[in-house]
Amino acid sequence: MYKLKITDHLILLTGVFFMVAPVVLTFMTSTHDAIAIYKGGVQFLPGDKFLENYETVLFQAGGFTQEVNGFVMLKNSMILGFGFAIGKIVISMLAAYAIVYFRFPFASVCFWIIFATLLLPLEVRILPSYEIVQSLGMVNTYSGLIVPLIASATGTFFFRQFFMSVPDELLEAARIDGAGPWKFFKDILVPLSKTMIAAIFIIMFVFGWNQYLWPTLITTDESLFTLVRGIKQILQVWVGAQIPAFNEAMALAILAMLPPVLIVVIFQSWFVKGLVESDK
Amino acid sequence: MATITLDTVRKVYAGDVEAVKGVSIDIADSEFIVLVGPSGCGKSTLLRMIAGLEDITTGEIKIGDRLVNKVDPADRDIAMVFQNYALYPHMSVYNNLAYGLKNRGMAKEEIDRRVKEAARILEIGDYLDRKPRALSGGQRQRVAMGRAIVREPAAFLFDEPLSNLDAKLRVQMRVEIKRLQQSLGTTSVYVTHDQLEAMTLADRLVVLNGGNIEQIGAPIEVYDKPASTFVASFIGSPAMNLLNVKADGDGLSLENGAGLSGSNAKGKDSYIVGIRPEHLQVVDGPSSGDGVNLEVSVDVLEPVGAESFVYASFPDGGPEIVVRVSSHARHEPGEKMHLHADAKDVHFFDSSTGRRID
Ligand SMILES: Nc1ncnc2c1ncn2[C@@H]1O[C@H](COP(=O)(O)OP(=O)(O)OP(=O)(O)O)[C@@H](O)[C@H]1O
Ligand SMILES: [Mg+2]
Repeated sequence: MYKLKITDHLILLTGVFFMVAPVVLTFMTSTHDAIAIYKGGVQFLPGDKFLENYETVLFQAGGFTQEVNGFVMLKNSMILGFGFAIGKIVISMLAAYAIVYFRFPFASVCFWIIFATLLLPLEVRILPSYEIVQSLGMVNTYSGLIVPLIASATGTFFFRQFFMSVPDELLEAARIDGAGPWKFFKDILVPLSKTMIAAIFIIMFVFGWNQYLWPTLITTDESLFTLVRGIKQILQVWVGAQIPAFNEAMALAILAMLPPVLIVVIFQSWFVKGLVESDK
Repeated sequence: MATITLDTVRKVYAGDVEAVKGVSIDIADSEFIVLVGPSGCGKSTLLRMIAGLEDITTGEIKIGDRLVNKVDPADRDIAMVFQNYALYPHMSVYNNLAYGLKNRGMAKEEIDRRVKEAARILEIGDYLDRKPRALSGGQRQRVAMGRAIVREPAAFLFDEPLSNLDAKLRVQMRVEIKRLQQSLGTTSVYVTHDQLEAMTLADRLVVLNGGNIEQIGAPIEVYDKPASTFVASFIGSPAMNLLNVKADGDGLSLENGAGLSGSNAKGKDSYIVGIRPEHLQVVDGPSSGDGVNLEVSVDVLEPVGAESFVYASFPDGGPEIVVRVSSHARHEPGEKMHLHADAKDVHFFDSSTGRRID
């Protein structure tokens, strides 16, 4: 067996350092008050303002309208993250199901068109997208925030590859067992795709959670702000005569990191279990 | 239980591949039919058309008295066992058996009764809670059988159900399938490319070649009177010896070279003559009796236990000859051998069409 050498550990530790150090710094800094940070820059040691800072960002209303606090933003981010991930999974599974199992004209052309949209990320088509959402009156709504984002070429592609690897005999056995298209999807394909769904859910949740540009455009109403967007807002709002509330921005950043981390930790064990007990 | 009637059934796949070319078979109630033939001859296609998994290009298929050309697989009252079992990986054995019944809206108690009954017959009662991946190949095979049995269908369709098992288990399951089919009395269509499996299971064999039926008949009938050189070489192991011969008057001789003499029983100019390895007797010297006489030299002796096979060749080359000898016979390579086959054991086939001449 290969014996771990000290150099291996050094390489790993260096990696860990670069990954973790910024997070630790952020956290340490978030436990000081704004003045200390303004004078001394980022902090390497814990301060004594932990409870105070976190309580402020979570519950004290801020912004121009004074009706948004960290807690509300956390909720909004959750809605965006879950809506985004679940929406993407539902849409892309259905699209892949249609492409793989139904013989409709130009099926492969459809697939390649969907695939080609990978080359057109949101940023490229952001103006027309905004125009459409606005004319539908969906600005400053959750559906306006989520729906335009859920079409997913990546997800469709992964599910298509997965469905194509499911043996045809399974479909045939199900047909003989009297399962129609909907039953086959619900009773056979979805349960078989569990691991795939978990994997895509992790990726998409984090991706949705971290959306910045689209929420910035589509939500002008502060009660719909997401965390990622709120961090920026805190720094902006208090810039002026006052010292920017770096401590609160940092605390908010830490809060913004927690849910994705939790999702990854929870789903990952599921995901690994699924991979190990491979069903097919 | 039902009859199955195929009437000039054809299948043309996209791209003009004619996989089945007008096949007609009348399958009796409770009959065990085996479709056998080399790879690509259309066995699976034919079976899948009976199952309803493949559209019928032209022709008619009836199950019982009902024309099923346009009937959904689920409504044809058939059950199918697949080569790779096609069990639902995420369902327990119990649910694998129950799924089709649930979809039919059968009452829970009745489902339970049927599943338990099938599990008892197939001795899979201990695994009902397990997932298929926690079963051995043989156990999965039984579950696949169970899924067919619980439906209590009019017909079982099998597509090479044993080819993923090891040799010993295959023999065991073969016997079991036969026993089960006899006790249930369900009409069965079984696809295989293994001629031994075909011989042992079938009430009647259907030998397919390139989408056409070469011969239909009881296994022993097919073995004793192959309708063509194709059937002759496909059924029986080792295969029948087939020799191109020409006739001069009343005598026969090899088309190219020496080593064969015989009597021209059918009055034609040329034939393909077929002789099974077990019908060639080793004789002491040149024989001139009725039938066919050969003079060959031994190449290889292959003992298989209960018997041995000698592979031999003619002095001028030509086709190889296989002879069955007793397991105690000793034959050295290079040794000269005189062989004789009685007239009744010699098959004559038309040299151009390959059809049997009676
Ligand atoms: N979906 C399809 N499209 C086009 N051609 C097909 C299709 N399925 C089968 N064929 C062709 O039809 C012919 C018969 O195929 P089939 O699967 O019935 O053979 P088989 O006798 O079952 O062979 P095997 O013993 O290898 O399973 C083959 O030449 C095959 O290439
Ligand atoms: Mg086949």
